[in-house]
Amino acid sequence: MAYLTAFNISIDFPLYHSESRSLKKAVLGQMSSRFGFDKKSRPTVQALREISFSLKGGDRLGLIGSNGSGKTTLLRTLSGIYQPTKGSLSMEGKLISLLDPGQGMNMELTGRENIYLRGYYLGLPKPEIHRLEADVEDFAELGQFLDIPVRNYSSGMVVRLAFAMATAFPPEILLMDEWILAGDASFMAKAKARVESMVKSADILVLASHSASILAEWTNRLIWIDNGQIKADGSPMDVFEAYLPKHDYDELVRGFLPKK
Amino acid sequence: MANLAPQGTNLKAFRKPTHFALASDRGWVQRFQLAAVDLRDGLKLYHLIWALSFSDIKLRYRGSAIGPFWLTISTGIQIGAMAFLYADLFHVDVHTYLPFLAVSIILWNYLSSLIIEGCSCFISSDSLIKGTRMPLLVHAVRGVLRNTIVLAHNVIVIVVVLVVFNVKQSMASLEAIPGFALWLLDGVFISLLLGAICARFRDIPQIVGAFMQVAFFVTPIMWQASELSGHPAALYLIQLNPFDYILNVVRNPLLGIPLSSSDILGAISISVGLIVVSLVGFARFRGRIAFWV
Repeated sequence: MAYLTAFNISIDFPLYHSESRSLKKAVLGQMSSRFGFDKKSRPTVQALREISFSLKGGDRLGLIGSNGSGKTTLLRTLSGIYQPTKGSLSMEGKLISLLDPGQGMNMELTGRENIYLRGYYLGLPKPEIHRLEADVEDFAELGQFLDIPVRNYSSGMVVRLAFAMATAFPPEILLMDEWILAGDASFMAKAKARVESMVKSADILVLASHSASILAEWTNRLIWIDNGQIKADGSPMDVFEAYLPKHDYDELVRGFLPKK
Repeated sequence: MANLAPQGTNLKAFRKPTHFALASDRGWVQRFQLAAVDLRDGLKLYHLIWALSFSDIKLRYRGSAIGPFWLTISTGIQIGAMAFLYADLFHVDVHTYLPFLAVSIILWNYLSSLIIEGCSCFISSDSLIKGTRMPLLVHAVRGVLRNTIVLAHNVIVIVVVLVVFNVKQSMASLEAIPGFALWLLDGVFISLLLGAICARFRDIPQIVGAFMQVAFFVTPIMWQASELSGHPAALYLIQLNPFDYILNVVRNPLLGIPLSSSDILGAISISVGLIVVSLVGFARFRGRIAFWV
């Protein structure tokens, strides 16, 4: 059974390659609390502070918050890319993260060559790679474009390819950043159907987005991250009530009432 | 979706229980454990590493008629031109000098690009590192493999020169193989170490580049060690030069010169030292690399 637990996770981001002092000065006014110094008095920004939550099979978690609040950092941490500065992460289940569309893809290679690369990354044997190729070809509906370099794709096509590759062998834990919304309506419907059937088989989804309607549709739990901290955690509608301006919330409720 | 995972395939292997845990830094025991896991998991991805390095070469020459064989041609021209010029300058016989220069230059170019590209092995893979959880060993081996593919094209020049100038080969030439295996190992470990340091301090790649330039001139590559016989003080230049020992264990067997035990011992101790330092450094920096790139 898949699970994902974040215990008291904090991430301090070192500010090495930026002009840390002047940057610090520039933002000191509004966000002073997030800038600090680590043990060796190097400048850092506290990207996440004491994040704790636990997910089990069937959970679809949404992450919401303003730009720079730490959503992507949290997704990267949950993916095991960043080692927490404090706290720990523990999970059971095959995880795939879709953090940025071109991730893990070589833009100079064709779509098909990228599918093979993904197959090797997953450590699949030859016949499985061919199945992966056939499935992605079918789902992404890129036609002839599959055989030209990815850099010639439109952003929506890159999204199709990346999503198809990530979900062809359904992961037990899927982490997605908001760029998935670059797909067109018919693709979105397809993507949603795929994620739903994945989550139905008792798997976990974590989705970061700014779109209230997408989150309300796709998730059953919502965490509001503000300044790297959890500000609210609960059912999507409850959190939206606190997060959204009044008239946006009313509109969201109106949009969803008829369906309920 | 239902048709995606047909029953009875070996998807089970893919779906085997995968536990993953990552805690904040807890000292050296945990650091070495995580580094060991990285190296072990990285080796399992040999198929991916091969595909990545091969595509690096393929992309560099995509659209070119003879592709990577430009490497062979440009190396051949460079060595041909240098050999006649320097044989004249150093007053040596071009028939002995050219094979020496060809083998030395090609092997040195390989060593030097292993080190210089090793510096950027993590920086240049930043989108992969920040996009997926992937063993960092993959990026280090990828660079080594890529340069080895380049070397394989240049070996053609070596073979042609050795045959044309009739350099005697014997079973002893095969002693170059264990030497080369040592190079591969060194290449991976120096990439892990320098890659991490250079991700943190972006000036180091330039410093390493300048250093390698100097190393090229103080190592017997264009000139032969025998030319120093009149200058005993200058012999220290060779005796204290780690590159000389490393270069000799592959170069000498190819040139029909028997390996001396001091070369073998020197190369092995340098490599052991490098591997130990690199393992400690990699264990220390591994968790920070994603923040640095």
